[in-house]
Amino acid sequence: MAASFLFSQFVGGLTTAMFLFLIASGLSLVFGVMRVVNFAHGTFYMLGAYLAWQAVQWLSPTGENFWPAALLAALGIAVLGAVVERLLLRHLYGREELYQLLFTYALVLILGDAAKFIWGTGQLSVTRPPVLAASLHLFGAEVPLYNLFIMILGPLIALGGWLVLNRSGAGRLVRAASYDREMLDALGANVGTIYTGMFVVSAFLAGLSGALVTPIESVVPGMDVEIIVQAFIVVVIGGLGSFWGTFWGSVIYGQVLSFGILIFPGFSLFSVFALMAVILIIRPWGLFGRPIR
Amino acid sequence: MLDVRKLSKAFAGFVAVDAVSLAVETRQTTAVIGPNGAGKSTFFNLITGHLRPDSGQVLLDGRDITGTPPHRICRLGIGRSFQRTNIFTRLSVLENVQAALLAHRGRGHDFWSRSERFYRDEAEELLGSIGLAHQADSTAGTLAYGNQKQLELGIALASDPQVLLLDEPTAGMSATETREAMKLLERIAGERGLTLIFTEHDMEVVFSIAEKIAVLHQGRVLAKGTPAEVRADAEVRRVYLGERP
Amino acid sequence: MNRVALGRSIPWTLVVFLIAVWVPALGSRYDTFLGTQIAIDALFVVSLNLLLGTTGLVSFGHAAYFGIGAYACGILMKTYGVPFVIAFPAAALIAAFFALIFGFFCVRLSALYFAMLTLAFAQIVWAICFKWNAVTGGDEGLPNIPYPKLDWISSLPGLGDLSIADEFYLLTILMVALSFAILRQVIRSPFGRMLTTIRDNPERAAFIGLNVRAYELAAFVVAGGFAGLAGALYGIFNRGAFADYVFWSKSAEVLIMTILGGINYFWGPPVGAFALVWLNQEITSYTQYWPFVLGVVLLVLLFGFPGGIVGGLVAGYERLRRMLRPRHA
Repeated sequence: MAASFLFSQFVGGLTTAMFLFLIASGLSLVFGVMRVVNFAHGTFYMLGAYLAWQAVQWLSPTGENFWPAALLAALGIAVLGAVVERLLLRHLYGREELYQLLFTYALVLILGDAAKFIWGTGQLSVTRPPVLAASLHLFGAEVPLYNLFIMILGPLIALGGWLVLNRSGAGRLVRAASYDREMLDALGANVGTIYTGMFVVSAFLAGLSGALVTPIESVVPGMDVEIIVQAFIVVVIGGLGSFWGTFWGSVIYGQVLSFGILIFPGFSLFSVFALMAVILIIRPWGLFGRPIR
Repeated sequence: MLDVRKLSKAFAGFVAVDAVSLAVETRQTTAVIGPNGAGKSTFFNLITGHLRPDSGQVLLDGRDITGTPPHRICRLGIGRSFQRTNIFTRLSVLENVQAALLAHRGRGHDFWSRSERFYRDEAEELLGSIGLAHQADSTAGTLAYGNQKQLELGIALASDPQVLLLDEPTAGMSATETREAMKLLERIAGERGLTLIFTEHDMEVVFSIAEKIAVLHQGRVLAKGTPAEVRADAEVRRVYLGERP
Repeated sequence: MNRVALGRSIPWTLVVFLIAVWVPALGSRYDTFLGTQIAIDALFVVSLNLLLGTTGLVSFGHAAYFGIGAYACGILMKTYGVPFVIAFPAAALIAAFFALIFGFFCVRLSALYFAMLTLAFAQIVWAICFKWNAVTGGDEGLPNIPYPKLDWISSLPGLGDLSIADEFYLLTILMVALSFAILRQVIRSPFGRMLTTIRDNPERAAFIGLNVRAYELAAFVVAGGFAGLAGALYGIFNRGAFADYVFWSKSAEVLIMTILGGINYFWGPPVGAFALVWLNQEITSYTQYWPFVLGVVLLVLLFGFPGGIVGGLVAGYERLRRMLRPRHA
């Protein structure tokens, strides 16, 4: 097998992985701190993509204003997250987990249809920003600069996130909250603000990844469900609520998906499911997660 | 009856229970006392299988039961009440006791009978003996706090234990309620020939009914013996009873 | 506070069955169609509620066992020509068998982790159904599952000439009624009582001598088996088994039906199934935005009526009774 083929599979897997990491880290963060599994996280991602497309149309359809459009979209989703948390989700914290789960599922249904209503069911696409339109030739494989950018951005955000969580006061509170909620109360921290903050950061990350994916993939209804299932597999592999688990879970997912094609041609997703099944059986709480019973 | 040998348990480096030994004889009433964080609840959890000890042994009638899961321990004749009230809130009072009887008699696998037909009389009699007969049809979660504690005792008794571990049986009760509850406990222990082990904050209660006292301090046994011996122990007086020499 | 004794002594399953029997005779073909759908969904939600309302376990992947039942029955009848009387119970056994395997891993975890794991396994089942062309037909599904031989129904005295759809409807409500009778009995049995103690307080349940995980697993297997029965009926009713049956949205839909009706009552979930199927038919003739409507219904339910329809009705009835009854001193 040609080295160039293997390398391009590797690069493809890594790009997928870094996108997934951006998305799954938000999902994992909200779970770790708030013990809420946010099914609507994929919907935030999809809306981020639609908003980015919309913003590009407003600013300039030729693509030179892609970056401000992407930022605008991510901020828009962050605001949406704040509204959802403050107005609705907040009232369900005291209730059983089932109700929070179904609440986020209701958002999937409502927002998904709203997007269909506004933007229709056709495919929308955004051209690559001119700065990154070129490609690089590495080991005989063609690597678009944009993919390279994503591969660098992913680890940077991972590192930044890790620094915030481990070196800042806010990060300490967040980690304390993910260990023990009572401890947080004891610290006298304002739990409500922390929860809103986490939800907003997580929505921002989802919106940003949605915006950033538009130059590589077209925007269509149903991309929300597709991505949430994948992000979900990532956090299950890595361990719900574990930061590095999410990172390595994404990397493993991306590579298994890329090279799984060699084992199950036509259905590489199967190799990912097989991997997930094995991990669930050996370590039901994920590779980096903590066992909780 | 119950023989605990050098039981130890550490959490993430913090030693909660440190080589605690305690031998309890049949029908003896033993109090385990000590300040908050002395390791009393952990000690109970180690005996009842909720936690697995790092080292040491628990012997029941000479049989090693160390590390046996809680549901088996319960079947072996150790009953327990919890510090937080632990009842089945959405079942009726009668159903609470009936359920415990069904579980204890190994009837839980029965798919084909009507559960309410089993052990009605026995359950009612048990409720009578703990003074809850008039509340039999109430939903357990709606009972007053003191009554919930009584019901918890009822659930524990339904398993027909030889040894009963009570974690702060009078926590949150008024002085009158406490006296009532202890009187009930003494009577039932006498009638059924129970071996009682309990933790308690109220020293008056402890010294009035315990035949033996073990004082825990920072996970270790500071002193043990009869109430008189413990009362006389200089170390206990200094650290725990708060007296200066 | 005394618990509601409302209608305790009425054999509701029999009553509803005796009413439902008249649908083909008195209603339209469309009513029979709707009735079959409701009956099947009712069985599906009641099986889920054995976990949710009785044992306190949130399964987000119950559609897996429904789908397995549909495929199992369909493959046996279509591919191997096995008669319905064998394929139908076999579907339940196969679904229960998968529930046993998956459940073994799921009950090791609690609460949210349990929900996530059930969902993960369901997605694995979905992926297999979607891609295993040789056996499940892949994304094409498994069309043309044959109807069972039902001529005998028309030859029963007093029934006259019935269409095949009517016959299948009668078969469905009979199977569903029998399943209800069994599940009702299971919930009322000592075994069911043990499940309710686990729902209320797993820690205490262990200390009345219960092996909590074993009981949870048993409940999971029973629930999976009956979901498989519902799926088997649905595959025949819908003339095929498709990967959609297993998808997470199907699992969410049964959860919504279940709490819409009210998880604290045996008849709550079937009422929820009735309401949602009916609403779906009404809405989809006006608009394509059914998910939107379902989402709004769900929000109203979560924030306004957490006890569901039956929970709300019983609470209303209680209030009315208290208002009407003269106060005793």
